[in-house]
Amino acid sequence: MADYKTDMQAPANELASKVIGLHELMLYICGAIFVAVFGVMFYSIFKHRKSAGHKAANFHENATVEVVWTIVPLIILVLMALPATKVVLAQKDTKSEDLTIKVTGYQWKWGYDYLQDGVSFYANLSTPRDQIEDYQGQAANKGENYLLEVDNHLVVPVDKKIRLLLTANDVIHSWWVPAFAVKQDAIPGLIRDTWFKVDKPGIYRGQCAELCGKDHGFMPIVVEAKTQAEYDKWLEAKKKEIAAQQDDPNKVWKKDELMARGEKVYNANCVACHQASGQGVPGTFPSLVGSKITVGPAGGHIDMVLNGKAAMPPWKHLSDTEIAAVVTYERNAWGNNKGDLVQPSDVKAARK
Amino acid sequence: MTSATKTVEAPLHEHGHGHDHAHDHPSGLSRWLTATNHKDIGTLYLWFSFVMFMSGGVMALMIRLELFQPGMQFINPELFNQFTTLHGLIMVFGAIMPAFTGLANWMLPLMLGAPDMAFARMNNWSFWLLPPAGLLLIISFAVPGGAAAAGWTLYAPLSTQMGMGMDLTIFAVHIMGMSSIMGSINIIVTILNMRAPGMTMMKMPMFAWTTLITAYLLIAVVPVLAGAVTMLLTDRHFGTSFFNPAGGGDPVMYQHIFWFFGHPEVYIMALPAFGVVSQVIPTFARKPLFGYHSMVYATSSIAILSFIVWAHHMFATGMPAVGQLFFMYATMLIAVPTGVKVFNWIATMWKGSMSFETPMLFAIGFVCLFTLGGLSGLMLSIAAVDIQYQDTYFVVAHFHYVLVAGALFSLFSAYYYWSPKWTGFMYHEGRGKLHFWWSMIAFNVTFFPMHFLGLAGMPRRIPDYATQFTGFNEIASIGALAFGLAQIYFLFFVVMPQLRGGAGPASQKPWDGVNTLEWEVPSPAPFHTWETPPQRELVEQLSAAQKLH
Repeated sequence: MADYKTDMQAPANELASKVIGLHELMLYICGAIFVAVFGVMFYSIFKHRKSAGHKAANFHENATVEVVWTIVPLIILVLMALPATKVVLAQKDTKSEDLTIKVTGYQWKWGYDYLQDGVSFYANLSTPRDQIEDYQGQAANKGENYLLEVDNHLVVPVDKKIRLLLTANDVIHSWWVPAFAVKQDAIPGLIRDTWFKVDKPGIYRGQCAELCGKDHGFMPIVVEAKTQAEYDKWLEAKKKEIAAQQDDPNKVWKKDELMARGEKVYNANCVACHQASGQGVPGTFPSLVGSKITVGPAGGHIDMVLNGKAAMPPWKHLSDTEIAAVVTYERNAWGNNKGDLVQPSDVKAARK
Repeated sequence: MTSATKTVEAPLHEHGHGHDHAHDHPSGLSRWLTATNHKDIGTLYLWFSFVMFMSGGVMALMIRLELFQPGMQFINPELFNQFTTLHGLIMVFGAIMPAFTGLANWMLPLMLGAPDMAFARMNNWSFWLLPPAGLLLIISFAVPGGAAAAGWTLYAPLSTQMGMGMDLTIFAVHIMGMSSIMGSINIIVTILNMRAPGMTMMKMPMFAWTTLITAYLLIAVVPVLAGAVTMLLTDRHFGTSFFNPAGGGDPVMYQHIFWFFGHPEVYIMALPAFGVVSQVIPTFARKPLFGYHSMVYATSSIAILSFIVWAHHMFATGMPAVGQLFFMYATMLIAVPTGVKVFNWIATMWKGSMSFETPMLFAIGFVCLFTLGGLSGLMLSIAAVDIQYQDTYFVVAHFHYVLVAGALFSLFSAYYYWSPKWTGFMYHEGRGKLHFWWSMIAFNVTFFPMHFLGLAGMPRRIPDYATQFTGFNEIASIGALAFGLAQIYFLFFVVMPQLRGGAGPASQKPWDGVNTLEWEVPSPAPFHTWETPPQRELVEQLSAAQKLH
C-alpha cells in the first residue's frame, strides 16, 4: 500500500538524531518566516486592493526599515549557523574508530572489505528481475523490501564507531543510509572516509545516491547491526565460508569446468554492460560476439580484463581463477569458437 | 479589474511615429533569416525557447510516466537517464536562457530609448547559433548509444563512458555558450552606451539592471563551462586524463569547475526574473518600486556571492570540515540580499492600489513560490543536514520551485505584461487567469510532494523506486500531466488567438501606472522605434514618476 510519509526516517544513532533535530529547527524557522512574510503580503493583497477602493500611498524608500530587514535576517542566520557548525564538526570527526571497513562502489554493486579481519564480499541487488520488469504489464508481485534488499548484508556490531573508507572502481557512487545520516561519495582514485555508530540491532536500508549509469536505481545498501557476540559469530562463519570458496591457484582446469565457472563470473560482473547475450549496448558498451578482443590472441583479452580501457574498468580485484574462467567463457560462448583454454597460471603470468 | 485596458491613450508628448512604412521593412522568410531588428530577433528567441520548452516538457512527462508506478513499465533505465539529462539541458540552455535573452532583445532598446541593440548583425548570429544546438541535442537520441545520460551536470567519469551522444551534447553546449556570450556583449554595450539622454544608470528600469548584471555573470562563467566540457572531450578522445585518476586526473575537479559555472548559472536564470517582477509589481500596485537603490545593491551582492558558494553542491564529496563550514556560511549569506528583494516587493505592494490582471497574478505567484524555494535553499545550505537532502527529491523540489516558479512564472508574467505591446492586441483576461490558476495548482501538485519524497529517502535520477514512495509519485505524475496541458492551453488559447486579434486592439498604455519608456511607443511597437532618442524632459518626467533620483 502506498503511504504518505512526510518526514525523515527514524534516526539510528545520536548523530542522526542531531541532524534531524537541526532539520526540524530549520523547518520551523523557515516556516515561521514564510508565515510572517506571507501574512503581511496577503493582508496587503486583501486590504490594499483597487477594487476595494484603496488609494495608493506614495512612499518608495525608508532607510531604517531597509537596514532592519538586512540586519534581522543576518542575526537569524548566525543563530542557525551556531548549532549547524557543531554538527558539521561531529560529522567530520572520524578519529578513534573501533572497526574500519573499506567500501568500493562498482557499476552496479557494492564491495566491502573488513580491513582488520580479511573478510571481503560483494553486495548485489537481490530483488528478482521479474518483480522489476513490467514492460508487458504483468510483473510479479513486488516483495516487501522491493529494490532495498541485497544478497550479502554489511554486518556491523552495535555501539562501535565504524569508520568507512570509500572509493570506487569506475564512476562516482554515493553510499547513503538515511537512518545513520551518512552520505559519502565513493570516488574512483580517491579515498574518502566517514563514520557511524548504530544504537540498536536491526536492519537499515539505503541506496546509491549519485547517478552512476543505467543501474543507478538498483544499487541498494543494507546494513545489519548485531550485538558484539552475534557479530563475532557471524564473522567466524563468514571467514569459513570464504575459505571454503577459495580456489587452488595451481589447479589445471578442464574446459567445461571453466565454462561453467566463467558463466557465473560473467553473470555476476560483466552482464550489466555486455548483456547476457554478449552483445553489449550498441554505441556504449561493445559487443563481445566475434570482437577483436574475444577472438584475437588470448593475451590481449586477459590484458583487457585485468587493466581495462576507456569505459571498461580494470577487474584486477577478481582472482586468477575467476579471470581465467571468464576469459575462457567469453572466447567460447555465443558462437565465439576459439576453443582455447585460459588457465589461472596464464592470468598470474599476465599480472606481472 | 479589466478596467485597466480602458485607460485613455495619453502620450506624454507628441513625437512622430507611424511613419515606418517609409523605411526598409523586409518581409517573408528572409525577414526572419536575416533579421537584425531587435524586435524580430526577440520574437525568434521567444519562439525558439517555447519550442524547446515543449520538447523538454515532453521528456519530463516521459520521466513522470515511468515513475507513476514502481517497476519498469514503459522505458528502460538507459533511456530514462537520457530523458533526465536532456530534460535538464534543454530547459536550462534551450528554454529559460534564450527566453530571457529574447525579452532583453525585445524590451531593452524600447525601455532605454535606443533604436536597436548595439550590434545588430551579431545579434542575428547569436540567435541563429541556437537552433542547430537545439537540433544537435534532439538528434542525439537517434545516434548509436543514444543521448547523453550522465545528468545535466555531465559529471566525469560517467560522462567519459557515454557514446557519441555525449560528443553532440558537448558541441551543443559550446555553440550555445558562444551564443550566450555574444548576446551578453550586445546587452552590456547597449545598456552602457545607448541609454536615452538623461537616463543615468540609477534611473534605468530594474529590468535593465538585472539584465546587465546577468550579462556580466554569463561572460564570466560560460567560458568556465566551455573549459570543463572541452577537457571532457579531450579525455574522451585524445587520451588526456584531466578527470581520470588512472592518468593522474581528479574526478572531483570536474565538479569544482562545473559548479563554478553552475552556481552563478542559477542566478543567470533568476536575476532577469527579479527584473521582470520589479517592473510588474509597481505597475499593478500603482506605486513606485520600494527601495530601488537597495534592489540594485542586493542584485549585485547576489551576483558577487554566487561566485563563492559553488562547493555547496558538493558537501557529499568529502570536503574537509573547514571547507564545508566556509561554503555553508557563504551560502547562508545569500539569503540576506534575496530577503531584501522579497521584502522590497512586498513593501511595494503594501498600501498600494492593487489590481490582479494576469501579469500581476504570475508575479505574485513568483514571489510566493520563489520564496518557498529560497527557504528550502536555506535549509540545503546547512552542510550537516544537506548530507541528508543531497541528491534526493528534496533537491528536485527545491530547484523546480526556484526555476519553474521563479524563472518560468516570471516569463509568463512578462509575456502577459508586454505582449500587448508586441502584438498590438490584448490577450483574453479570463483565459490568462485560467492559465495562471491551472499552472499554479498543477505546479504545486507536481513539486510539493517531492519535498516529502526526498525527506523520506528517495534518491533523484532513479528510474524505479521502493514501494513506500508510490503515493506521492502518483500525485506528482498527475500534476505534471496537468501542468503540461496548461502550457498547451497557453499556446492554443492565449498566444495564437492573441496574434490573431485577441480581445481587441491594445491601447498604447494598457496598464495604469506605467512609467517606463516602452509604453511611450504605440501598440504594436512599430518596426522602428526611437530613431530619434526620447526627449530629456520625457525621461526626467518618467524617472520622477518612478521616484528615481
